[in-house]
Amino acid sequence: MKRPELEEQLEGWAKRPEWFKNMMERFVAIVVKSYAMAEMEVRKLRHDPTELLARSVQPILWLGIFGQAMSRTRAVPTGEFTYLEFLTPGILAQSVVFIAIFYGLSIIWERDMGVLQKFLVTPTPREALVLGKMISAGIRAVSQAIVVLLVAAVLRVRLRISIPVILGVIFVTMLGAAFFAGFSMIIASIVKTRERFMGIGQVITMPLFFASNALYPVSIMPDWLRLVAVINPLSYIVEALRSLLVTGDLVRLPLDICVLGLAALVVTAVSAFMYPKVVV
Amino acid sequence: MQEMIKVVDLTKVFGTHKAVDGISFAVEPGEIFGLVGPNGAGKTTTLRMLTTLLTPTSGLGLIGGYDIVRQASEVRRLIGYVPQMLSVDGSLTGYENLLLFARLYDVPSGMRDRRIREVLSLLHLEEAAHSLVKTYSGGMIRKLEIGQAVLHFPKVLFLDEPTVGLDPVARRNVWDHIKSLRDKYNTTILVTTHYMDEAENMCNRLAIMHMGRIAAMGTPEELKRETNKDGATLEDVFAYFTGATIETGGTLRETARIRRTARRLG
Repeated sequence: MKRPELEEQLEGWAKRPEWFKNMMERFVAIVVKSYAMAEMEVRKLRHDPTELLARSVQPILWLGIFGQAMSRTRAVPTGEFTYLEFLTPGILAQSVVFIAIFYGLSIIWERDMGVLQKFLVTPTPREALVLGKMISAGIRAVSQAIVVLLVAAVLRVRLRISIPVILGVIFVTMLGAAFFAGFSMIIASIVKTRERFMGIGQVITMPLFFASNALYPVSIMPDWLRLVAVINPLSYIVEALRSLLVTGDLVRLPLDICVLGLAALVVTAVSAFMYPKVVV
Repeated sequence: MQEMIKVVDLTKVFGTHKAVDGISFAVEPGEIFGLVGPNGAGKTTTLRMLTTLLTPTSGLGLIGGYDIVRQASEVRRLIGYVPQMLSVDGSLTGYENLLLFARLYDVPSGMRDRRIREVLSLLHLEEAAHSLVKTYSGGMIRKLEIGQAVLHFPKVLFLDEPTVGLDPVARRNVWDHIKSLRDKYNTTILVTTHYMDEAENMCNRLAIMHMGRIAAMGTPEELKRETNKDGATLEDVFAYFTGATIETGGTLRETARIRRTARRLG
């Protein structure tokens, strides 16, 4: 017995235009291969977890020394929360961004070695190579976030810890790290050498940190600095993390996530285009 | 039979420097074809164009009938590439290095493990498969790099100076593996080298490159005969056709890269 409706449906499916099928295939390839790249990053971390310990030193200094000392002055108006509570999401965001922003270095490194050339001659969409790196940065960032939260726990900082909050923190951290990793890959494909990249990285990181709401609220900034803080993506990460971990006031969380998500998308597209140019 | 690689008038200009200046050649399926010449002769640039890493300034390149510019993704499915520089990840195991490339080359998931094991045993790397590549010797790393490039049974394998920085035993070993790939799978192999003895013993045909051009092409015997000199070596051939001696030209940057690679591998 034939079922005409079904046949019609199948025919309709087969008649989907070529570009649509190509697009779907490409999409699947991007997902599968980004996963392949990111999964290797997890394996690397498992092979050598000492790196995590080394990276916990900076947040310990910021929270343990800077945070403790600043708490005494009570110079920063942090409302009903202690300065250390206010500072913890800031330091969390900062340490995550600092990992991600030097991620571009890895593509220069891989170019110098030859791994990147080998990636580029495989039938892998450029978006997947870039996205794989961005997700890898996200994974490292999450491991760093856990370290910072442990440090905070040792210092007895009162944070709102629950399963949904932790999931939220992981999501925001990954998104933020992905954005900054993509951004740094764009820079890497422009400057092309390790030395120049390190120079630019140093120049960018500190202003990024100080011109954000990581150490002090935007409200105490002079007008010009407030403007910088508003266009600084780091501020959105800090705001999102602070609302999750400290205030519990989630009104602006969707906005923060949208801004970060959109920025990450733009950066993916641009760096997928720029990435192969690092070879030359 | 159709040529596996066909190159017509291929040219690449960097600024004002003609790195590759209108070269033409063709390679038959199953052939081992050598591009020979000093550093800076344009060998690597040629390879990078044929592997879709660089876009030619002008001219035509076909791999298995596909255009290297307009059909780059079809070309990428057909080829494997082993760059001159170190191209494995030291912080992963040998198996993991192969697994990543099996995934990137779309080896179906049901076949992946079997294929990786096959490659490991082909290259005699089974025992080291699960140790970190950091601990490998130079020759083992080179073999692993070749392994990564052949997981998907490429029709054409490109090797850029595959034996730089290796000791004589490892060099012979690598060449044995290259030859066995050709014998087993009829893989077409395009290799660059500046070791004349290797070119002579291992390649079916050679193109001698000098300053971006092909100075001479043919089997090693043909080339030697043309010099009209008894007991001519390939060094003599090179001198005869280019009027220069084969000597590492190369810029400081290239030399530094080669040394660095050699050191890492060693």
